[in-house]
Amino acid sequence: MNWTLALPEIVLALCGLAILVFGVVQKKGQPFLSCSMLTIGAFVLTAFLVVVSPDGTGYNHIFVNDSFARFMKLLSLAGGALATMLTVGYARELKVERFEFPVLLLFSTLGTMMMASSGNLMTLFIGLELSSLAIYILCAFARDDVRGAEAGLKYFVLGSLASGLLLYGSALVYGFAGTMEYGAIQTALSATSAVPMGLMIGIVFMLAGLTFKLSAVPFHMWTPDVYQGAPTPVTAFMAGAPKIAAFALLLRVMAGPFGHVAPQWQILIEAISIVSMLFGSLAAIPQTDIKRLMAYSSIGHMGYALMGLSAGTEEGMRGTLVYLTTYLLMNVGAFAVIIAMRRKGRAVTGIADLAGLGRTDPGLATAMAIFMFSMAGAPPLAGFFGKLMVFYAAINAHLFGLAAVGVVSSVIGAYYYVRIIKVMFFDEAAAPLDRRPLSLSFVSVGMGIATAGFLIVLGPVSTAAQAAAQALFR
Amino acid sequence: MTGGLGSIGIGPYLTVSAILLVLGVFGIFLNRKNVIIILMSIELILLSANLNFVAFSSALGDLSGQVFTLFVLTIAAAESAIGLAIVTVYFRNRGSIEVEDITMMKG
Repeated sequence: MNWTLALPEIVLALCGLAILVFGVVQKKGQPFLSCSMLTIGAFVLTAFLVVVSPDGTGYNHIFVNDSFARFMKLLSLAGGALATMLTVGYARELKVERFEFPVLLLFSTLGTMMMASSGNLMTLFIGLELSSLAIYILCAFARDDVRGAEAGLKYFVLGSLASGLLLYGSALVYGFAGTMEYGAIQTALSATSAVPMGLMIGIVFMLAGLTFKLSAVPFHMWTPDVYQGAPTPVTAFMAGAPKIAAFALLLRVMAGPFGHVAPQWQILIEAISIVSMLFGSLAAIPQTDIKRLMAYSSIGHMGYALMGLSAGTEEGMRGTLVYLTTYLLMNVGAFAVIIAMRRKGRAVTGIADLAGLGRTDPGLATAMAIFMFSMAGAPPLAGFFGKLMVFYAAINAHLFGLAAVGVVSSVIGAYYYVRIIKVMFFDEAAAPLDRRPLSLSFVSVGMGIATAGFLIVLGPVSTAAQAAAQALFR
Repeated sequence: MTGGLGSIGIGPYLTVSAILLVLGVFGIFLNRKNVIIILMSIELILLSANLNFVAFSSALGDLSGQVFTLFVLTIAAAESAIGLAIVTVYFRNRGSIEVEDITMMKG
């Protein structure tokens, strides 16, 4: 049955529409709070449906559900739910207290789920646009904020350019392979030994569009500005679910339909990975704004995650999936701490504003220290295992240069992560931060525990990632 | 690959669409004046891809390319609506939509 395969998406879409209606008809009370709660409820319900959804392809092969799709969908849903949770406490202060906000987050997450399940170039593009269009609006959601509007405009222009390039690439792939279904493209490519030039150009265009969404070098220019300007919960969301979904597309398309031309694209991915890792760690050093710093750090993280893909093996894909899981955990946690950085009712985002946090607010400082050490890749925190797996896969695939660059850049990266910890614990104390709402404490403590105790869940996570990677190569 | 395209063949169609793509990309990057021109350039890029899809669909005798085109047209409409909304928000805050003024954040 087709609809049982897509049940999670159908339910989430209907929930989104219902919440929208609910928000409109509610005259009194606080539609924002109730809509946010309903959205989180919808995410939890959908996550349950994803777990029990059956394997298979439906709707004339345009929709695929397998363990890879389930893994990616659960990560996206977690990212969406956590971002909604981060908004709840500070919505009024962030000037985003309108009920459309959680609904847009919901639809964007729906788009990322579509991307994870795409079995055809059409579902690829529609899922990507569904998630991107909602994020364009979310970036400019604080209407009176000049920076927010500028971030929205920049992201819109560059994002649409990337979607356009991706679409042009898919047109070429469609024309030269003669079909848009992943399975049929794979068959067509394995039949011929000579790959048409037009097809290679199409693949490169698609790669450019997808690496833009990942914010990997050389398509990273938008990242720092948009991260800095957008409302912080939106930044937390953008750094999570959409990047994971873009990775889902990249892994599925590269391993499946374009798997037979791997030698041609592998070198490209390898180059992107090397440049992203180096750029992410070097350009972050002079930053003084923590949101910009997180932008450069995410560019670097995407480089590490791409390392698994450039290995091109099942082991590499597993490494990438585990890396993305750990990235989501520590990233959401770090953004929870950044949202909590408020003094006298105003958001402060300078790294210097964290000074002395270790004395004024030891709990928050400890959480931030865990996230920073984890991002730097210190054992036994979550980030270490992600890095270990991708490095291991790169070495097994004889990509020694790539692994060496990874180690060097993670040593350079450790400098600026540890600098934040030094500012928090050893610098002269600044004025204490405002009291934070319970939801932020909840998210930062939860993510802190998950990051610190990742070793306990490493077994199940890597088993699930293994199954997901196997599904890709089937 | 000349299926339903008659004696012209697919080459000219691909050439025109490649020219449109290049025009669109240059319109975004070389334009120093107005954000509205950028919106037009984005539309141009999407249309160039559409032209490709329709030409390939006709040459291959496969309808799915044309179905895709209909979806892309819908998405392009939504995208321009959102783009114009963001430009309006930006204009209210800054009082200008000159491309050179969009430089509050950099580094």
